[in-house]
Amino acid sequence: MSNDSLGRVETKSFIHKDAFTLKSGKSLQGFEMVYQTYGDLNEARDNAILICHALSGNHHVAGLNEEDKKGWWDDMVGPNKAFDTNKYFIVGCNNLGGCHGSTGPNSINPENNLAYGSSFPMVTVGDWVKSQDLLRIHLGLPFWFAVVGGSLGGMQALQWSIDYPDLVKKIVVIAAAAKLSAQNIAFNEIARQAILADPNYNSEDKLPKTGLGLARMLGHITYLSDDAMREKFGRDMKKDEVNFSYDVEFEVESYLRYQGESFSNRFDAHTYLLMTKVLDYFDPAEAYEGDLAKTLKTVTAKALLIAFSSDWRFSPERSRELANAFIEAKKDISFLEIDSPHGHDAFLMPSETYDSAVQTFLEKNE
Amino acid sequence: MNKLIGNFIQTNTRVLDLGCGDGSLLAFLKKNNQVKGLGLEIDHQKIQNCLQKDVSVIDQDIDSGLSNFQDQSFDTVIMSQSIQALRKPEVALEEITRIGKEAIISIPNFANWRCRMQLIFGGTMPVSSALPHDWYSTPNIHLCSLKDFERLCVDHGAKILERRLLSFDGQEKSFMKAAPNLLTEIALYRVKAMN
Repeated sequence: MSNDSLGRVETKSFIHKDAFTLKSGKSLQGFEMVYQTYGDLNEARDNAILICHALSGNHHVAGLNEEDKKGWWDDMVGPNKAFDTNKYFIVGCNNLGGCHGSTGPNSINPENNLAYGSSFPMVTVGDWVKSQDLLRIHLGLPFWFAVVGGSLGGMQALQWSIDYPDLVKKIVVIAAAAKLSAQNIAFNEIARQAILADPNYNSEDKLPKTGLGLARMLGHITYLSDDAMREKFGRDMKKDEVNFSYDVEFEVESYLRYQGESFSNRFDAHTYLLMTKVLDYFDPAEAYEGDLAKTLKTVTAKALLIAFSSDWRFSPERSRELANAFIEAKKDISFLEIDSPHGHDAFLMPSETYDSAVQTFLEKNE
Repeated sequence: MNKLIGNFIQTNTRVLDLGCGDGSLLAFLKKNNQVKGLGLEIDHQKIQNCLQKDVSVIDQDIDSGLSNFQDQSFDTVIMSQSIQALRKPEVALEEITRIGKEAIISIPNFANWRCRMQLIFGGTMPVSSALPHDWYSTPNIHLCSLKDFERLCVDHGAKILERRLLSFDGQEKSFMKAAPNLLTEIALYRVKAMN
């Protein structure tokens, strides 16, 4: 593992001027997509990797941004890291509907010159992939050497291999699934209800921060494992004695409140609603009567699937289902289940097995 | 041994190697027989070695079942000297012949004369080049002889198409034909489902 940093990175913007039709049938009159790039594109233009972000991620994958904040995958993307910027030209973008610069609920709707807010049209993973392909063309890339992502990001990598088989050589799908389970949709629904029930939702001058914070608190629990929480907090208390009240007493309460509050200050509730729906709707096999192997029939990319043993939000079993569909479809697939105590969040953290699996998989050319 | 197995495998076919180790065999077959290979392995270091060799590999324990593989979905299924380490070799055999149009299975022969001698005269569990572990730490929990394996095949619907008699380093030795069950160190079988 390397501690080298990319240092200051710059955010760039891609403007698509033509109408962009979404799967829902609605369309955007063009869009803006912000992105960052790391490393250099080689002469053959065959070393570009797209890193897709998950629910609360964005285009700032690695390095330090204008506010000196590290990217969400800085531990794994950089010189000599798992995704080695000495070798690859790496692109991270903020997906449509996001709240970090790309066209989303905070953008102005050209039809009425008001912010979209809750009227921002619903997008899908397929829509994202289509918009990312426009970014690919804008960057002058003949294809992606690899498309990579964890969780919702992994779903985009999978969708890439299905929708654009000729434009992606390898995919790395980490801690993801071919579709959400009922339990997973249920968690998302509670998160949405927390936001929708906030009296400030859709208010003109206030933000539904309480609801968004609650949604995040719930989400956060599902990203950690039982063991990881026990290890981190146990039943530790802020004070030595209980005071028989509803104040913050346990460390875990304090931690969750902090997480909820800080998240609600940096994220947009409409984007959160939208992202959870994107997750729920994701089901590429739907167009093939639920037959996932058939869905993968045209895939040509070599695939690496990685799951983490203690991840219960996107359990290893869901990854195995996907791996099995690749096997049934007679595709080139490798699958690795890594032992980790960190739950779903393990996909964000480097480890020796994780890093070297990714590195070796990317290095080998046919 | 790789070469011998390679002789049994048609070019441009699909091969599943159960317990593929570091992927050497699949890498060999990919290069020489242009096969599309897939390995199963649970040791993460070995999985890493497979990826290094550009061999596709699934992190899966054979003992927890192979039901995720479709009937007759591979041209050849290989199980090289690992059936004796499985919890249920008979189930594995049935699964192997279900998944593969053909299977190549090799076994270390526990009835080899050296093993017999060690047990009879030494009074200890045999340790040899083909079976290098002490009794307490051996992964080989279901050791068998050629006779035993062949009876297993009969009892579990596998037809033996061919048998090769080898030394522990994979060399074919014709003298072993004189008394296969006594002289063979490793036996290599080509089998398929009975019907």
